[in-house]
Amino acid sequence: MPRVQLAEVTKYFGDNLVLDQVDLSVAQHEVVCLIGASGSGKSTLLRCINRLVKADYGDIYLDDVPVTDESFGKVGLHKRIGIVFQSYNLFPHLTVLDNLTLAPRKVHGKSKKEAEAQAQEQLDRFGMGRFAKAYPEQLSGGQQQRVAFVRALMNKPDVLLLDEVTAALDPELVGEVLGIIKELKAQGMTMVIVTHEMGFARDVADRVCFLEGGRILEEGNPTDMFNEPQHERTRAFLDRIIEAGRL
Amino acid sequence: MSHTNLPDQGSAGGATRRPPPPPPGRNHDWREALAPSLISLLSLLSIILVFGALAWVITSAEQWPRIKLQFFNVDAMIAAFPRVLQGFWINMRIWLIVLACILILGIALAVIRSLRAPWFAPFRLMVILYIDLFRGLPVLLLVLLFGFGIPALNLPGLPSSSLFWGAVAMVLSYSAYVCEIYRSGIDAVHEGQWAAAKSLGLTEWQTMIYTILPQAVRNVMPAMMNIVVALQKDVALLSIIGVRDAVREAQIYTASTFNYSSLIVAAGLFLLATIPMARLADYITRRDRARRLQIGG
Repeated sequence: MPRVQLAEVTKYFGDNLVLDQVDLSVAQHEVVCLIGASGSGKSTLLRCINRLVKADYGDIYLDDVPVTDESFGKVGLHKRIGIVFQSYNLFPHLTVLDNLTLAPRKVHGKSKKEAEAQAQEQLDRFGMGRFAKAYPEQLSGGQQQRVAFVRALMNKPDVLLLDEVTAALDPELVGEVLGIIKELKAQGMTMVIVTHEMGFARDVADRVCFLEGGRILEEGNPTDMFNEPQHERTRAFLDRIIEAGRL
Repeated sequence: MSHTNLPDQGSAGGATRRPPPPPPGRNHDWREALAPSLISLLSLLSIILVFGALAWVITSAEQWPRIKLQFFNVDAMIAAFPRVLQGFWINMRIWLIVLACILILGIALAVIRSLRAPWFAPFRLMVILYIDLFRGLPVLLLVLLFGFGIPALNLPGLPSSSLFWGAVAMVLSYSAYVCEIYRSGIDAVHEGQWAAAKSLGLTEWQTMIYTILPQAVRNVMPAMMNIVVALQKDVALLSIIGVRDAVREAQIYTASTFNYSSLIVAAGLFLLATIPMARLADYITRRDRARRLQIGG
């Protein structure tokens, strides 16, 4: 049984076709990387999974239940699918601790004490314990992104979506964030990752999907995809990446 | 980025390469240490000079004795002062109450106008109509209409004081502006904040209250201070409907003595109140700018 399944998902922005009947299924504990040029629809696809973007056509299932199902309510889906963004999107007016406890307290009805204890524990786990009282702007990009990971993991989600989480980081800070992802993979987290870090995709992905023009043109295990891409366009894309020194 | 980066001299220099010494006497240069106070002293001197000259020209004019008698008559000022001050106290109280109402009503309207859920559409439309109406009418007209008009209706169960309805008119008019200021602050909050809050399961309402509004309020503080200062003196508009504020009291004195010194007293009181507020507004704007630069850098 796939953990996440997308069936013929189609999305328009105005008259612009962004996703063209995309099928994708992600097994439990699987890590799927979506690659492709900007504008290929990979971020939109990712955001369709947790309904940040509402698909125009097609169905999305979480454990075989449609994500539009009433049983999820407003909160259930977001409790089970976490997302981390490119630009961290921490709440700048709240401390790290308040960033982490906002949803548990206001959405999931936990007590302040309980939520803060859990947040502190998670922060310690990610080596961020001493920043609990800091504001996001006082942290480096890498530290902010780590807090964003902790925030997404606070609800113990079944699936984690990562939307170019290293793209806004200075090169020397990329490593610490990639380290977190590897650790999460080792713990068996199911992840869908949009990334431009091809080397990383090769390392961490169980499967790589190449998107272009709103369709998955080619998918496969990373070794095959990066060494012997079948599709001409995949080859062209990877050649450009190699030329830019990113692989 | 630091401004003190030296041009790259390459790493080939090895152990013998040493940085040049710091520029001489940067911290202990008495000229630099004195410069700020010297500049302030100079500005102060030039202000005294300019205004002194102006004062001299005016006071040496042929008509000066008459002007002095009419506008700067010390006896008249002293005589009018207690009543004008009493009126000014009313100004300040109205200002604070009206201000509180405006800030609350304005934020409520802005929130209604900014929520995106479809079933909010009729409310949004109503707010837009409200803003168009009250921003399009002169405050003075509204004060007259409400302050004289509504009490004249003798509506049962409603207050019949002109002061009350005049204040309501000010609240309604100013809230339309304040709503738009808040809304610009809400719009300025990055779209990613909505996405992040939504992805955490917050409802649109919770997103607004816990994440968007606090940032919006911080965004608009400088603009809002401007409104606060403007309102502080616009409260005097209520004198037109007979509220015995500072301006009204001064006018009463003028009417009985044909001497305008009482108005000058009122003017002095207003300046005494608004200038510190203006400086406070400057301070908040500066602090806000510093904060933005810090984040930007």
